[in-house]
Amino acid sequence: MITLLSTWTFGVALGFVALGVFVSYKLFSFPDITTDGSFTLGAVVATVLLVSGVDPALATLGGMAAGAVAGSFTGMLHAILGIEPLLSGILMTTALASINLVVLGRSNVPLSGVKTLLDRAETTLLPAARLLTFEGAAAGEAARLGFMLLAAAGAVLVLYLFFRTRLGTAMRAGGDTPTMARALGRNTGALTVFGLAIANSLTALSGAIVAQYQGFADVQMGIGMVVWGMASVYLGAALVGQVRLGGALLATFAGSVIFRQLVAAALRAGLDPDWLKFATAVVVLTALVAPRLLVRRHQASVAR
Amino acid sequence: MLGTHTPTQKMLELHNATVTFSAPGGPLVRAVDGVSLTIPSGQFVVVIGTNGSGKSTLLGSIAGTVRLDGGSIHLAGHDITRWREDQRARLVGRVFQDPRAGTAASLTVLENIAVAACRGRRAGLSWATSRSLRAEAASRLGGIVPGLETRLDQPIGSLSGGQRQIVTLVMATWRRPDLLLLDEHTAALDPAAADRVVQATARLVREHNLTALMVTHSLAQAASLGDRLLLVHRGRIALDVHGAAKRRLSPDDLAFRFDRLRSADQLDEAAARSLSELYV
Repeated sequence: MITLLSTWTFGVALGFVALGVFVSYKLFSFPDITTDGSFTLGAVVATVLLVSGVDPALATLGGMAAGAVAGSFTGMLHAILGIEPLLSGILMTTALASINLVVLGRSNVPLSGVKTLLDRAETTLLPAARLLTFEGAAAGEAARLGFMLLAAAGAVLVLYLFFRTRLGTAMRAGGDTPTMARALGRNTGALTVFGLAIANSLTALSGAIVAQYQGFADVQMGIGMVVWGMASVYLGAALVGQVRLGGALLATFAGSVIFRQLVAAALRAGLDPDWLKFATAVVVLTALVAPRLLVRRHQASVAR
Repeated sequence: MLGTHTPTQKMLELHNATVTFSAPGGPLVRAVDGVSLTIPSGQFVVVIGTNGSGKSTLLGSIAGTVRLDGGSIHLAGHDITRWREDQRARLVGRVFQDPRAGTAASLTVLENIAVAACRGRRAGLSWATSRSLRAEAASRLGGIVPGLETRLDQPIGSLSGGQRQIVTLVMATWRRPDLLLLDEHTAALDPAAADRVVQATARLVREHNLTALMVTHSLAQAASLGDRLLLVHRGRIALDVHGAAKRRLSPDDLAFRFDRLRSADQLDEAAARSLSELYV
């Protein structure tokens, strides 16, 4: 029971990465490698703040803010210096590898004995979990999952509302067709910087939450996060097909949860953990290609 | 028509505008070669020229996509020579040749219009697609293409090229621009759709009394539309017809004028031939 709940909780926690990648990659067509670095950055900043006695909520926000700064730097490398998206992200994430190590002080810092955001959420939501007939340790895990789901719902709602404001709509337009946005008076460079700040603040939020959930921060923990995000985005898109903004945001989150379940199922079925990243790549490839193949088959059957 | 406007009221003024390109390893090319031009408020100017004549560069230098190496551009009383493209959009509305360049395909028709409704203004955090915007969009679009008002919530990418260009036109003129730039905006369309877009263009320019600069490859459009015709050749304005002469201008006249330019050696043989092939 607890393992099942915890794969859910992890899937939801990583769903913030998926949302971040949705913003940078789907809305801005910016394959943002910064994701790997800013996930760790969020974790190490939140951890260092927590260890030095800062309130868990503030520490989490601190991690988010650091991610926003990292994202905006990547955006500026692209928008001001004209460096192409992939290289901008690679440069930033390379720099972040050092920054993360310096901030954390060593490669791994535990959060034992420190009250985290999830501990607080657990205390608050435990009665509700018991009400849902969860018992013992499972009740605690269910309370943490409940908190994550609430936070996720909040993030999806805020993003949805923001991207339907004038500014948010202009940002989507700029990401979709920069010529159009510029012709209508939008500074597309500034919009990209802002968009990447939002994307990486979400990724860093995920890092901050994961560190508090697993009880430690590690400078290696962000490796592969951009692929995780893309897998979730594509898995979500493959599940729901062509949908509007709200549906796409929800599908992205669902993609992350489902992907985590797939990974857990594969490991339970005896997949050698060494092959996990390989399996991830295969899942992304399948999620990318399968919808196209299905559409082609559908068109062929209609033509017949 | 020129006569109906006070000619002293300048809207656009180019002074000795120059744009130089250097092809890698090739010679320097003066795409715009010291052009000076004054366009009074409310004038509808049609620009023609062969490929590579510099007409698109001229338009780009006004829109802000191409930087001037020399000279100046004044628009609506502002020296915009050093303004960025997005800053110039405060004063300029634009329609591109490619319908995909002027609209964001994944956004709905109404969301595209919402972006156009804040052209040159702070975007802010208010709701993009308000009820009043929806009502106005329905009436403005439906007034030009009946039925389009029912498609406000569809992705604009689902519209045909011609419909998209008409929406782009409506977007470019949603807030009255000081200058409307049309860069071969019917060239990518089939003849029927091009005709509808031309009619919509003429109507919007007239209704809003707009100052407009339209590049076209269609001789029929060049002869029938606008108050003034500019022929751009080798980065210079080789022919400038306006007033009564422009109103009398027929496609045959244009062909004759090309010939006269050629005999006066202002237009070389090859350019004249390609112009005739293109336009006649």
